[in-house]
This record gives sequence, structure tokens and C-alpha cells, in this order.
Amino acid sequence: MFAHQRDTKATAGLKHTLKYLTRQCGAGVVLLCGFCLSGAALADLNIPIAYVKQVSDESVVSLSVYRSPQNSGVAGAELGVKDSNTTGRFLKHHFDLTVIEDTQADALMASVTLWLKEHKGALVVDASDEVLQALLSTPETASTLIINATNKSDKWRKSQCQAKLLHTSPSYAMLGDALGQFLMAKRWRKWLLVEGQSEADKAMAAAYERASKRFGTDIIARKTWTFNTDLRRSAQQEVPAFTQADDYDVVVVADTQNRFGYYLPYNTWLPRPVVGTHGLTAVSWHSAIEQWGAVQLQNRFYEGYARAMNEDDYNGWLAVRALAESVTRTGVNDPDRLYAYLISDKFELAAFKGRKLTFRQWNGQLRQPVPLTQAYALVSQSPQQGFLHPVTDLDTLGYDKPEVTCQMITE
Amino acid sequence: MKKRLLALSLLMSHGVLADTAYVTNEKDDTLSVIDTNTLTVIDTLEVGMRPRGIIFSQDFRYLYICASNSDAVQVMDVSTHKIIHNLPSGEDPEQFALHPNNRFLYIANEDDAVVTVVDTEKRDVIAQIDVGVEPEGMAASPDGKWVINTSETTNMLHWIDAKTQTLVDNTLVDQRPRHVEFSEDGKRLWASSEIGGTVSVIDVDSRTISHTIRFKIPGVHRDKIQPVGVKLTSDGKYAFVALGPANHVAVVDANTYEVLDYLLVGRRVWQLAFADNQTRLLTTNGVSGDVSVIDVNKLKVIKTIKVGRYPWGVAVKP
Repeated sequence: MFAHQRDTKATAGLKHTLKYLTRQCGAGVVLLCGFCLSGAALADLNIPIAYVKQVSDESVVSLSVYRSPQNSGVAGAELGVKDSNTTGRFLKHHFDLTVIEDTQADALMASVTLWLKEHKGALVVDASDEVLQALLSTPETASTLIINATNKSDKWRKSQCQAKLLHTSPSYAMLGDALGQFLMAKRWRKWLLVEGQSEADKAMAAAYERASKRFGTDIIARKTWTFNTDLRRSAQQEVPAFTQADDYDVVVVADTQNRFGYYLPYNTWLPRPVVGTHGLTAVSWHSAIEQWGAVQLQNRFYEGYARAMNEDDYNGWLAVRALAESVTRTGVNDPDRLYAYLISDKFELAAFKGRKLTFRQWNGQLRQPVPLTQAYALVSQSPQQGFLHPVTDLDTLGYDKPEVTCQMITE
Repeated sequence: MKKRLLALSLLMSHGVLADTAYVTNEKDDTLSVIDTNTLTVIDTLEVGMRPRGIIFSQDFRYLYICASNSDAVQVMDVSTHKIIHNLPSGEDPEQFALHPNNRFLYIANEDDAVVTVVDTEKRDVIAQIDVGVEPEGMAASPDGKWVINTSETTNMLHWIDAKTQTLVDNTLVDQRPRHVEFSEDGKRLWASSEIGGTVSVIDVDSRTISHTIRFKIPGVHRDKIQPVGVKLTSDGKYAFVALGPANHVAVVDANTYEVLDYLLVGRRVWQLAFADNQTRLLTTNGVSGDVSVIDVNKLKVIKTIKVGRYPWGVAVKP
């Protein structure tokens, strides 16, 4: 009861302060010293950010449990802006978020171009390969800092990386390696690989195959899911037959759009665990993560949005936080200088994963530990012990410098 | 003469009369009470939910306990080990500092981005001060002028003027500042950055960083060196820094800032407290669920004491 009262009071206090600040800024009055930083003369700095979201136009999802919240991703970026403005008010940095969303790529592009004409801001992108490609090739974004928050395609990290393009979402290869390392740690070396037919499924399956080659495991059979009927009443009969194969330690499933992966656990021919996109999954974030102070972030998110923080939310939050951290440390909003700081050795970000996160200079990918989770628990976190790297064990996940062919030329 | 002898023997026995250490066990909702002479747990006391920060009143009559999940600061009568009342604390109190006036408690409310100032006599909130995201570490300067709060996600030290209860300045430090500690003379402030892996030494007059201390332990990846608790000997000789999942306590020369040694303790070492007139240092080791005892003169770990689950804070009464 009392705590609740305090809570209200605290929130009201903050609102009051913010209002006060806004008023003071608006009137051009020099702020109390309380809102400045030692040793720095501060001028107001505005940092507009657009969250560019390509909304799925698929009217039906496979199962209602897989429905994505309407503000998926957006909510995380919003929280990132809120957190950053709490810091920003001490430094007179103002972060502002505009959400640009559409189902159609053309309409989305038109809105982004219009926004860029009016704002010298950064883009956080939550879109397909096609939209990302279009965004990167339009002249309007030439001087824009773009942070890809959700796209996992390896090509952006391997052959088509470029300056001022950063990625907070782990790539398929990073997820594949994170899972592969765990399976090695468990000595589950015989894999039955089951994959769907979409491009994303193939990319995910390719990442598992790559991990298998890197770690020397055995894919004893590889099957493509081709059922075109609804199995919900017959999975118990069909799936055992489908998963008949020589002895395997695990079934590795690549079903990125939740079309069939959920049929596999407990229905396999042999009593073996299911891992991959279903069962034990490698993710960038999960509601069950409470270690490393994460419960604070989970609580903040839940209080604001009355639902759990998902991967897209977390990656959106990360994108804004990375950008804000570079603004905090450099005191500028110029995209070239921010980018230079972000990929420099100086940048580091605390993000509730137990260690600092940094960007890979050679492809703009955020280095990060990858959690392995099941429905309601954090099972492990990769890199696993014993996977060594001359620079950092985080670079045992995903494409490493010698494998990357693109050039991150900074003019 | 006899009287004098008695007094002397009493004094001598007092010399070996040990301190009593109180350790909060975050996952057990208990305190472990340790006799520092026998180095054994002599009692386990039930307290509120998720106890973390813990400090004594200056006269050691009261023990203040942050019961984070009970949203309260509990006050224990040290002579009876009974909780006598709760103080209003704001939501999720994690750490706090007692002002040298022995009356005002400054409490970091982790979930609310505020510091709550509580008058322990009137048991009332006298101020709430907006700070950065996830406030954590708290310290009051020896002269009572400043109260410092660290905010973990904002990465700042917030300077609160204890006269006006307002925030007057901020110092940006490395990622995830956890703990702040003033030097005995109040001229320097030590701040640990858990994810940054550094300890910043701040000149209190200019409120700017004068030194940054980095750590390196052979065989431990630099990302796993995560400084949290800091304690300074009052003779100004040493600083001890708990390095979290690196499972070591760093011994730092408090004048040259050179790291002199790393002492292996239990797993995920978090907070520190001196005992027995600063001849011993106790460390709380969360993951291994124990307390390591360091001999400060020899700079050696002499004993490990099993306590409850996830020991977090520690406070010592002479």
C-alpha cells in the first residue's frame, strides 16, 4: 500500500521534473546546474530516430499463440528512448522516436524518404531483405546511420556489409553457432535436420549445417517438411513416421515461421530432444532471462506494455541504446562521427547479458552472448566454455573476420 | 591493584572479543550472523524478502536492511535481533547510505529511477530525487555535504547536495556503475563500473575522474572482470575491489592506484566489509553461497564460511 503510494509520487515527481525541464528549455532559460555534467558546457542536442517497420500482411498465423503484438519491436525502441531521455536530461540530449510502418515496401520507402527530408536522424530498421536493400540503395540514406534490429540474413554480415550499417540482431550464423556449441558441450553430435521450405527456413538450416561443419558433428539425415495438410489431429501418427531415421541424439528443426516446428517435441520416433527454432532455441532475448540484472529491464518493459519483452523489442531497445550511448559519450549527433564511435574500441554497452557488448569493426554486427532457452527457462548461454578465440570468445559466434568478404570502407 | 588486573584482563579478553558480521542472503530471506573470532555462523535470522543492502546506525543499536521485494527498509534492534519496524523506502530498495547525521537514510530505488530520503527518527520520507535509470550505489561524504548515487543504465554518478536534497551535478563513468566509496579524508571518491571493468577515482572538489583503474588476471577473460564492492582501509594504504564473476578481490595501492595482488575468493564476489579493527576483510560470494575471510596484514584468504543462498551485503558490529 505504502509502496504503491511512493511509486505514484515518484512517477509524478519525474513527470513534474520533465515538464519543468521542457518549460525551462522552451523559455531559453539556463538550466539549473543540476542537469548538467561536470566539466562540459552543454548545448541542447536533438536526436530524431525513426523506427521503420515492415508490417506483415499475412492475415492468418499458424497458431494464435504465435501472434505477434502490434507494437512488437516498436515498444522496445520506445523504452530505449525513454531510458535514454532519462540520461539525456542530465546532458540536454533529447531523443525522439517516430514510428513509420506499412505493409507495402513502396509506401514504406516513400514515408522514410519524406521523414529523412525533414529530419537529420537515424533509422532503426525492422524489415525484410528487400526493404533493407531498397533502403540502402536509395540516395536519400547515403549519409544516414542505419541500425538493423531484426533482420538475421547472413549476407548483410558477410558479403554486403557497408559503412554506417549496423546490426543489433544476431545473424542466423550466430544463432546456429550458439546452438551448435551447446550441442557439442552436451556431446549430442548426431543431428536429424528438419527444415521448412521458405527462404528464411533454408537460411536457418544452412546456419545449422555450417555449425555442424565447424564443430564436426554428423547430420545423419536431412528432411524437408512438405506436409500441406493441417496435422493438428494427426501429428501423433505422422511425426513419428516422418522422424524415423538412424539413431540421432537430437532433432534440429528450422521452421522460422512457426508452420510445423511445434509438432515435433514429444512426437519424434526416438525419444530425443528437439532443438533449433522450436524446443531449445537460440535467441537474442527471452522473458525468462532474469540474470545479470535483467529482471530490472523485464520489469520496466512489463510495467510499460503489460506483456513480456520479446526478441524484436530487445533488439530495438539495443539499437536505440547503442545510438544513445554514442551520443552520450561524444556529445554530437552527426551520423559519421557517431558511426565512427560505435565501431571504435571505445564503444561498449551494458545490456543485461553479463558482459559488455561491442560492434565488430569488419561487418557492423553487435557482438553478444546468445541465450539458449526453452519455453519458460534460460537453459544456457553461448559461447560455451572451451570455445576459444584469439581476440574474444564472442567471435566464435557467427562469421569471423577472415570469412567476411565485404569492405566496410569509411570515406 | 586487583581491580587493575581485572580491568586489564577484561580489556584483554575484549581484545579477542570478536566482531559480529551480518550477511544478507538474497535468495533465503535471511541474515547469517558470523562470530569473527570463531569464524562460524552463530545464528540465522529471518527477515523480509530479498534482503540486499545492510548497514548499522552509528551507535550499532539498529541494523537497517533493504528488503527489496518487500519494498521496505527494515529496522532490526541489534540487542534482540527483532525487526522493530519498517521504514518507508520507495519501491525495490537495493542499496542505501546513512548520512553522518545518523538520521537520514538515502535509499536507491532501483525500479523507479529515484533516490528516497528517509528520516529514520520520524520514519517519514522527506524527499525523493529523480536520478538516472536503475539507481544502485549510494555513499555519503564524511563531511556530510554530498550524497552520491550511481545509476547503472545511465552510467553516471549523481551528486546530491545533502542540505537542499537536490541533484546538482553528474559525472559520467564507465558502463554499469555499481558502488561508490569515499576516502577517509573525503577528497576522493571511488566508483566501480561492473560492465566497464574499471574503477574510477574521482576528485571530489572538481567532480571529475582523476584516475581509471583497470584489472588483469591471467586466465580470466577481461569481460569477466566485473568490479562491484570497494572498501578502503582507513590508514589510506589499500583499496580492496571485489571483481564479481572473476572470483577475485583486487588489492590496490590507494595512493599509486597500482594493483598489487589478486586474492582468490568464492564465486561471484560482490560486497566487502572490514572486521576486527580492519585486520580482516569479509567478502560475500553469491554463487558459492559463502563468505571469504581475508587477513588484511598478510593479504591472504584464511577461511571460507558457508552462509545462506546468494549472500549479497555484509555489515560488521564491533
